[in-house]
Amino acid sequence: MNPIQAVALKEFQDGLRNRWLLSITIVFSVLAIGLSYYGSLASGQLGSPSLSTTIASLSSLSVFIIPLIALLLCYDSFVGEQESGTLLLLLTYPISRGQLLLGKFIGQGCIISLATLLGFGSAAVLIALNGNVAEVFSAFSLFIVSSSLLGLSFIALAYIISLVASEKSKAAGIALLLWLFFVLLFDLVLLGLLVGIEDGLTQQGLVQVMMFNPADLFRLINLSALQASDVNGVLSVAINSEFNSLTLLIIMLAWIIIPLGIAQLIFSKKSI
Amino acid sequence: MKNKILTLTSVAKQYGQLDALKDINLVLEEGEVLGLFGHNGAGKTTMMKLILGILKVNSGSVSVFGLDPNHKKAWASRKKIGYLPENVSFYDQLTGLQVLTYFARLKSVPKKQIIELLETVGLSEAQHRAVKTYSKGMRQRLGLAQAFLGEPKLLLLDEPTVGLDPVATKDFYHSVDQLKSSGASIILCSHVLPGVEQHIDNAMILNQGQIAASGSLRQLRAQAKLSVSITTQGINGTLKEVKSLASFMVASNQLLVPESEKVNVIRQLMMFDNISDISVESASLEKIYHHYLHDSKGESL
Repeated sequence: MNPIQAVALKEFQDGLRNRWLLSITIVFSVLAIGLSYYGSLASGQLGSPSLSTTIASLSSLSVFIIPLIALLLCYDSFVGEQESGTLLLLLTYPISRGQLLLGKFIGQGCIISLATLLGFGSAAVLIALNGNVAEVFSAFSLFIVSSSLLGLSFIALAYIISLVASEKSKAAGIALLLWLFFVLLFDLVLLGLLVGIEDGLTQQGLVQVMMFNPADLFRLINLSALQASDVNGVLSVAINSEFNSLTLLIIMLAWIIIPLGIAQLIFSKKSI
Repeated sequence: MKNKILTLTSVAKQYGQLDALKDINLVLEEGEVLGLFGHNGAGKTTMMKLILGILKVNSGSVSVFGLDPNHKKAWASRKKIGYLPENVSFYDQLTGLQVLTYFARLKSVPKKQIIELLETVGLSEAQHRAVKTYSKGMRQRLGLAQAFLGEPKLLLLDEPTVGLDPVATKDFYHSVDQLKSSGASIILCSHVLPGVEQHIDNAMILNQGQIAASGSLRQLRAQAKLSVSITTQGINGTLKEVKSLASFMVASNQLLVPESEKVNVIRQLMMFDNISDISVESASLEKIYHHYLHDSKGESL
């Protein structure tokens, strides 16, 4: 067996054994089903919400949860093995550091992607049962793909943390800070700039700044595909931009590849 | 002439300002077992990491199977190397079998060998239990099984007998002898000395990153001028009457003799008609070890 495969298989099996896959899938599907049935209560309406509303509220919840899950799943990937001494041992085996990193990424990435597919997919099937099948599937497929990409991007970021931190507890702390930054602080600062400084940020500029945050990117991808009337807040300004979903997805892909590249660079220089 | 498996030529390694290793020369031949001794922090583990290609030397050169272990080409030869790290706690939530299967896959070792190895180290019964339920000795045995994967030609074992009970230790040395006779070269790294003597060909004693002594145990004993203790029975009274023997006497039935005089003295003792028993005890490895470590400490003071 190729070493990348061996590592990926082990990480994937770990994810199954720890019930990670199962629990994430359940969280995602409960979230999606719940929002699709009761989501409109939040806006004071009764009855099933429109598909766009469901996707809109799903994506604003997922943007908190998916990064958190990805960081939790992977923050100790390297620092944990370093503490137990298996990292040192692995590096004496015929496997390069790059292969080890890639193997872990594939294995743990599969856990997140599969959970998104199964969790949100099952919800999509349920919603499609009493709705327009084609519409539901096109909306959900974009949502599932972007959710997976968001998860993968935060896995790559978690690897950087795991390789930089000297102890597991420190890695956990940094991961939490990173999550706060991308999910909360970044938007607060952006909002502050938008409101506080007149003519400080044009609409175009705002969208460009959002490219520097994978979480915002995820929201942009999903909301720009919806009817603008269902979206409130800062994002409604941004989504009328000329970026189409494909471009945004490609930028999201860069948010996976670049952190992975940085992780590899750090790993190759790291002394064990 | 046997093949050289491993060559270290004036190797030096620094961590920042600290000299971890200085001017280390070593040649390990096919089928040779080397004991690497030294107190904590003497540079044993650093030396192993250099050989394994985890660390790079600051000066000098390391060659394993004729290649620099850091070089890409040396990758293939990693399959022929087994390593047991000093402190390793394997994946706790996996079973012994799963852990070994993972490492076997990475080394492309067939499954059949895993079962055999688990049997060899005596873990067959516990193979389906999670490693977190293992005792220290069982973990150590799992580590050994891991190091033995793929019939390695070079084995680096860091404190292999820590935590092993006497029976397991004996089994371990038995495996070492077997691997040696099949042509594997082994470096045993230890500060637990009793029991290791019969199983090593050469010893190297490290002190503060430098070689305090190296060579076969016989050479080391001779160099250190450590005496052989000879105890006799049946001739107690007459011993001190022989002039050439009296100078070696420390007790009425015990002589301390330099290695070079050993055979001579024994020959003389055998002339006594009433000698009923004789026991000859060479200086133990432990004595040699302490001799060289104290010696070099004396110099540095």
